Order: sequence, then structure tokens, then C-alpha cells
Amino acid sequence: MSPPAGPTAAARARHALGQAAVPLLFALLCLFGIFAARITPEFLVREMLVRFSRNALLVLSLLIPILAGLGLNFGIVIGAMAGQIGAILVTHWGVRGIAGFGLAVLIATPVAILFGIGTGWLFNRARGREMVTGLIAGFFANGLYQLVFLFAIGSLIPFHSPGMVLPQGYGLRNTVDLLGIQYAIDDLVPVHLTLEGSPVRVPLGSFLLIGLFCLFNVFFLRTKLGQELRAMGQEPHVAATAGIRVDRNRIIATVMSTVFAAWGQLFFLQNIGTLNTYSSHEQVGMFSIAALLVSGATVTRATVGQALLGALLFHTLFVVSPLAGKALAGDAQIGEYFRVFVAYAVITVALVLHAWQKGRRAPK
Amino acid sequence: MAETTAAPHPSPLEGLREWIAEIGIPRVLIAAFLLLLFAIAVATHMDVASLLTDSLLRVGRNGLIVLALLPAVQGGVGLNFGLPLGILCGIVGCIVALNGAVTGFTGLLLSCAVATALAVPVGWGYGWLLNRTRGQEMMVGTYLGFATVSAMSIFWLVAPFHNPTLVWAIGGHGLRTTLTLSGVFDKVLDRLWSFQVLGVRIPTGTLLVFALAGLVVSLFFRTRAGITISAARSNPRFARAAGISDERTRIQATIFSTVLAAIGIVVFSQSYGFLQLYTAPLLMAFPAVACLLIGGASVQRATLTHVVIGTFLFQSILTVALPVTSQVIQGDISETARLIIQNGMILYALTRRGDR
Repeated sequence: MSPPAGPTAAARARHALGQAAVPLLFALLCLFGIFAARITPEFLVREMLVRFSRNALLVLSLLIPILAGLGLNFGIVIGAMAGQIGAILVTHWGVRGIAGFGLAVLIATPVAILFGIGTGWLFNRARGREMVTGLIAGFFANGLYQLVFLFAIGSLIPFHSPGMVLPQGYGLRNTVDLLGIQYAIDDLVPVHLTLEGSPVRVPLGSFLLIGLFCLFNVFFLRTKLGQELRAMGQEPHVAATAGIRVDRNRIIATVMSTVFAAWGQLFFLQNIGTLNTYSSHEQVGMFSIAALLVSGATVTRATVGQALLGALLFHTLFVVSPLAGKALAGDAQIGEYFRVFVAYAVITVALVLHAWQKGRRAPK
Repeated sequence: MAETTAAPHPSPLEGLREWIAEIGIPRVLIAAFLLLLFAIAVATHMDVASLLTDSLLRVGRNGLIVLALLPAVQGGVGLNFGLPLGILCGIVGCIVALNGAVTGFTGLLLSCAVATALAVPVGWGYGWLLNRTRGQEMMVGTYLGFATVSAMSIFWLVAPFHNPTLVWAIGGHGLRTTLTLSGVFDKVLDRLWSFQVLGVRIPTGTLLVFALAGLVVSLFFRTRAGITISAARSNPRFARAAGISDERTRIQATIFSTVLAAIGIVVFSQSYGFLQLYTAPLLMAFPAVACLLIGGASVQRATLTHVVIGTFLFQSILTVALPVTSQVIQGDISETARLIIQNGMILYALTRRGDR
């Protein structure tokens, strides 16, 4: 407010408000829904404990490609598939508990590295349109995934597990029960609260690992590789002339994102306890990306804090929306369509803003 | 291939390689796959005539929607993944006709008229947005389409239509997921002047509409306005020097594309016999784009020939794959095959070198 600092302070305030506008709008939307549907804080806490721990890692897996200037990695769907491959094999072998989860991670990681290299190679060939390439690559990989798990397994690939395979003798069932590894991480540090007279599992183990993961992301920025990726994201041409091996680093960034997405999907699955063989992975990309963007992150800039805030806000809306739809319009279906609409709309607006600003900056 | 003996290439293998390079490896592979499917069909004594009948039906049904992509590529907007915008306009057009119980050709024409009237402003707005988001047209189109489809899903639930044949019997509001067109304008074009050759039924009317629309598009791109659009695409700076604003031509191309998609879904629905609402239009752009690319088009260049060949190849594979493969293996592998071929083709086009 003081005269000398006036314009900058006002500009800074406006900038801060601009940054906060999106999450604020969302928080208001959530609050409105909460009041409309008369949702109790206990219910919300119970839901959010679960949903936040399930999804946070997947949202965090988007950060590194953004740093490297690759944009939103719609290809994390492919990483999620790698995670599912691990979960399926572990269940088949009957390895249970934390050992089973560890083994699933050990299997998923090299698979995800291979997938990441493939995706990164595609991104390098499709420079400037990485996002749409990632989206289509996810669809394509889904086709290959179906080919393997719906047709090849049990026929070409020897796989005997009557409980998991369809009665025809090949192809996995639509759902795979993951009871063996359910809560493997969540209950690493068993904490149970009592809310509204019923016990609530607090997934402290997951929260600890999410925390570690956030620390890794912060620390990663300070490493040489992290700095190189940031330089690539900000000034690709300068980075190339400065001797940074751009193509190689872009592949590394994609591999990291894919591996983290595989772990994130395993986190998700160990909490939820069942695998929808052919659909669990499909919407991972869309929901994680929408969650990240809800926090005010953009295609070129996103922080750990934004990822966490976004996961929290988006999944609050996810819980609230059908209930509010039911309370307001008497139809939960409206709320369900509404939350899908919000997810798509948030991504659309972010993409439009990104391209718009880029176009304005570029010389005509 | 036998005619190439006089060519300067002495080795027939080299001639073959050149021939493949000209047509493109994916197109050769897909054509070979289609031939293989038909060969299996013949070998296993399947009814080839009915397979061909179904293929032709689906070519006519989908042709216009694939054709709708052509003006967008010509106008420099790229692959129009925002096709659902036009498709939704067409669906609204059909619902207006259904709600008023306007049947037969009148109903079809009314649907097309309403669809066009809606698609022009929608296409204009979409084109305007694409001008502001250059370089990201495909992504913006895809997600704008997704968002609009889900917004319209809410609209179908609360839409002010009361015709009891359209709304849910229980509750009395909200449109049904699938609306039947039987008795309204179900197959009016398919049946028009339809005839049989060697057991293959030709859906003359639908194919004629496809041919007519193709003719209109190719003639349009020979008119002054059409040439202006192509010129602005191939050299925007030069065009600007000649007094052509490529912002305007891109909007014109987008409107054209959106209108064609809107009419395309009307034709599709009359042939299919049902109008599909809610999430049905969500992914409709992808198979259409795959058709165009299989025909040999690239992100930058597409012709009417690409549309026709691509639609025929891809739609025939989709039609023939299910009955033929189910002879060999149990289970429906055709959906999986569709995912792989369709998205593999789009990926191939997106990652082609030297095609920016």
C-alpha cells in the first residue's frame, strides 16, 4: 500500500490472486456442494483420507515431464499398466502382504522403464505435440494390453489360475481380487481412528511414502539432472546449445514419470483391493491431470504443493458432486456427469490458456 | 505390377519397394490384412456377399463423418479431433425432428437443416478458438469435444423434450440413452433405389449422398473461396501479402468441417437406425481420423481419394474382422484389433519425420 512499492505490490497481489483464482473457485464449488448436500465433516474426512492417499502419487508422477517442458504426460496410463502387470503376477504367484507389494514394485519397475523409453522415443519423434501423442499412445497401449491379457494369456502365454482366468481357458477375468496385497502399505503403520462411532483406517504408511516422494521431488530439482530439465523446460534452444543432451534427458524424464505412475497405480490398487483388469488404468491420465490443474498448475509450471492441493480439491469435488446433484436436482446422475464435465473442462481451459499465451508471446 | 517391365529399374524387387514406398507401408499392410480376412472368409465358406453388403453399408454410414475431416486439414487446422462438436449439433437436429414426429424424407431434411443451423455458429466459435490456440489444435479440439459431450450429457438429462417416445418411461424426464428411428427416418436413404448385384445389396441412397458430398467438397476447393483456403494453409505469409487473412480461412474451414460432421451423424443415424446420446459421441473422432490416415493422408495433406480409400479399408476391416476371426478363435478380438489399428495409425501419422 505504501506509495513507492505501490505498483509492484499491487501487481504482485494481482499475480498471486490470479494464481489462486482457480483453486479458490474450486474450493467454493466444493463448499457449495458440501452445504447443498449437507455432508458431515466426518464423512468428508473419512473419504478424503482414502482418496487422497490413493491418488496423490499418480498426480505427483506428472511433475517431472512438466519441468522438462514435455507438458502434461497423458502417457502415464502406460505406467499404470506396468503397475497392473506387477499386481497381476504377484496375485497369480500368491505372494502376500508387504513382500507381495515389494515384488509387484520390483516387477513393475523394469517394465515401466521399458515402456517409458518407448514413450519417450515417441515424444522425441513428435516434438511439439507430445500431449496428443501421449493420449493416443495410451489408447494404443490399451489395445496391446487387451491383446495380451484378454487373448494371449492362457493360450500363448502359459498361465494356470482358475480363479483369475475366464472359464474359456484364456484371458483374465474382468476383476482380479488383490486381497493378498490390500492395505500392504496403508497398514505398514497401523493407525485407526473412531469417527461417528465406527473405526476409520488412517493410511499412515501411504502418507509417509507420499511425504518421502514429495521430498524426492523437491530434492530432485537441486540435482544436476533436475537443473538440466528445468533449463530445457524454460529455454529449449538455449539448453541445446549449452550442451545439454536434450533428447536423452527427455527420455529420462518420461521414464521417471512412467515408473512413478506404475508405483502410483500399485498404491491405488493396494488400497482399493480389486483390479478392474480392463478399465482400472483407463482414466488414470485424465483424473490425475485434472487434479493437478485444479490447483492452478499450468502446462508449463507445477509444484509439489500444487499437486497435493489439487489432489485434495479434485477428489473432494469427486465425492461431493454426485451427492450435491442428488440433493439439488434429485438425480445423482447429473452430479456424475458434472464431475466428468469438470475434469474435461479443467483440462480444456488449461490447454487453451497455454496455447493462447504461447501464441501471444511468439512473434506474429 | 506386370506393366512396369519397361521401367528403368531392372530389378522387380526394387520396383516393388518403390511402389510400396509410394503407397505407404501401413496402407499396404492394412490392405493385405483385409485381403487375408476375405481369403479366410472364402476358405471357411462364409457368406461373402453378406460381408460385402455390411461393408458397403458401413462405408456409406461413416463416409460423411470422415469427409468432414477433409476441409479442416485443407484449411491448415490439422486433424479435427473436435468432430464431436458437429456431431452433437446433428444429434440435436435429429431430436428436434423426432420430438415433432416429422417422419420420412421431411424428417431427414429437417434434421439436416437444424443441424446445419446449429453447426455454423458452433463451427465459427470453435474456429475462433483454434485461431487463438495455434500449435495445439489437436489437443484443444480433443478436450473441447470431450468437455462438450459431457456437458451435453447433462443437457440430455434436463432437456425440455416431452415426447413420451424419447424420454424415460419412469420419471418422465431425461432423454433415453438410445432413441430408435424406426418409423421415423430409419434407413430412408439406405433403401432409396437400393438394388442387389450377385447377392450384394447396394445402399444406393446413402452412397449417393456420400458421393454427392464428396463432389461438393472437391468442387468447393476449386472455387475461389476454396482455393483461398488452401492457399492460406500452404503459405500463410504469401496469402497475407495477397490480402488473404488465414485467420478467416481457418474459421471457414472449421465451419465447413463442423457442418459436414453434423450432417454426417444424421446420415449415420438413419442408416444405423438408432440415435445414440450421452457418451456415445465421445470417441467418434478417433476412428474417423484413423480412416483418413489409413487412406494415405497426413496431418498436413488430405484428398478425397484418401477419404474414400481409407473409409473403405478401415470400415471393411471392422465389419469383416468380427465374423471372420470368430471362426478361428473364440471371443471378440475385433474391438482389440480396432484399438490397435486405429491408434497405431494415428501414432504413426503424429510421429512421421519431416511432416510438421
